[in-house]
Amino acid sequence: MILTADADVLVDARSVRKDFGANRVLKGITLAVKRGEVMCLLGPSGSGKSTFLRCINHLERIDGGRIYVDGDLMGYRDQGRSLHEMKPTEIALQRRQIGMVFQRFNLFPHLTALENITEAPLGVAREKRAVAREQARELLDRVGLSDKEGSYPAELSGGQQQRVAIARALAMKPKLMLFDEPTSALDPELVGDVLGVMRDLALSGMTMIVVTHEIGFAREVGDHVVFMDDGVVVESGSPDEVLSRPTHRRTRAFLESVL
Amino acid sequence: MTAKAGVSREHHINAGGAPAAGIDDVIAKPLRHPGRWVAAAIIVGIVLTGITSVWGNKNVDHPTIAHFIFDHRIVEGVGMTIALTVCGMVLATVLAIVLAVMRLSPNPVLRTTAWVYVWFFRGTPLLVQIVFWGYLGLLYTNVTLGIPLTPIEFWSAPTSTIITPFIAGLLALGLNEAAYASEIVRAGLLAVDPGHVEAAYSLGMSPSYTLRRIVLPQAMRVIIPPMGNETISMLKNSALLELIAVQELYTRASDISAQNLRQVELLVVVSLWYLFLTTVLSVPQYYLERRYRRGVGRALPPTPFQQVQRLVRGVRAAWHRRNAPDEVPFETTEIEMREPR
Repeated sequence: MILTADADVLVDARSVRKDFGANRVLKGITLAVKRGEVMCLLGPSGSGKSTFLRCINHLERIDGGRIYVDGDLMGYRDQGRSLHEMKPTEIALQRRQIGMVFQRFNLFPHLTALENITEAPLGVAREKRAVAREQARELLDRVGLSDKEGSYPAELSGGQQQRVAIARALAMKPKLMLFDEPTSALDPELVGDVLGVMRDLALSGMTMIVVTHEIGFAREVGDHVVFMDDGVVVESGSPDEVLSRPTHRRTRAFLESVL
Repeated sequence: MTAKAGVSREHHINAGGAPAAGIDDVIAKPLRHPGRWVAAAIIVGIVLTGITSVWGNKNVDHPTIAHFIFDHRIVEGVGMTIALTVCGMVLATVLAIVLAVMRLSPNPVLRTTAWVYVWFFRGTPLLVQIVFWGYLGLLYTNVTLGIPLTPIEFWSAPTSTIITPFIAGLLALGLNEAAYASEIVRAGLLAVDPGHVEAAYSLGMSPSYTLRRIVLPQAMRVIIPPMGNETISMLKNSALLELIAVQELYTRASDISAQNLRQVELLVVVSLWYLFLTTVLSVPQYYLERRYRRGVGRALPPTPFQQVQRLVRGVRAAWHRRNAPDEVPFETTEIEMREPR
């Protein structure tokens, strides 16, 4: 069901609300991300940016509003007047088109780097073993880790683990990639490798939503920067507008504190 | 104060230009532990006294033990005990995983059902449960498959032909153990990082696929050591099945001793067998633990078999070196490494 007028829009979020108990963490977020665009979400901790990201692939259930990814309403079936929650298997099907990279990598520790990448293509997408392995090797090569395919996550550095995690998400050939503070758990000297992989991915035309504290990355790679605070979008626009000429007091205060 | 002292000592050493004379010459004698020797002597004494008092007891007839240890009835009993333990543990493990998943399910009906199951089977004595299953035929003369509360029957058979003593024993041990094992499995499932579940979901894996491929393999690492314990416990609890005349090891032994009145000798026979079986059980446990430790430690330690192999190689290399001292030792070891293949 296409409700979006603009076919270029891949992610369309409309007045998204989310409550944790009595605490309203998202107070009506409306955003649109075009195909091939990189959107960077900035904001102080607790501003709701990670929660919003997790709502997009329905890791969190939303309490109001709608999120469409490529025209599909996430997590619900729209039956006229009411929304019906989907079965877990239906949600799983929707999530296949969205890759996600986590702050804490979350690689499966009992599988090697290669097995981490092939697990979903083999078990979920039912690809042939030889095809999945070949593709996984190409992805490892792309993130610069072709010599690590037999290593277990515990044998890899944080930066290497995060790059395997990116390769793992890409193996499902997603239309959209979500990054939840992908470099926040890394030692400073390892951040560059991960950002490099993300930059290459952006150049290849992948649509990305990146929650980050890396202002430099947002400025260089982002097509669109959104500043969130206290569950609302405070300011959004091109990196130059938001980062160099912020109009809102809270944006200025945040940028001063992180730079 | 401490910081100051540290600084001044450093200063002193630097001023001296070199460490004070004689520091390298001190020969450190290891701390002696005379207490260990005393403790060892006392324990050896106690153990020897115990062994001699049992072994030298005029009332224990050693030839009887030797005669019955491989008696065909005893060996059959051992087979039955192994069958009960293996089947019982399989039943218990499968049921335990189901119960643990039910306990952690968001569905309140499943959660409560699992809780009540554990509450009941953990809350009543195993002995009572064994007798219950053994005497099921007195409660229900027929086992019937049909629609409840209606006279419709698809299939029916006398309880005594369905619930044989073996089946009764299996159900008693397995269903009881499942209650305990489900708590072990639950602890294992809870030990898995929820982030891995989210990562699996974000890749499009369904909850059941995530459970099978991501959560359970990781939980196994936590589950296996206590489950080994439970297996040993079940092996020994199977002796309780004597009460409902299951023909396992202890039943067969007490049948024999009822005839020849050699109770103590047959208890020794039984104990030796149980000790042997529990020892054997630790081998598969070791290898299972190893298998599920992949990816956790950096490198797995060598297995006992590999250790023995390595020892044999070392000894043979040393022997070669002694007999051919002119050979380059590295070459010798290399040849030795290749040989076992």
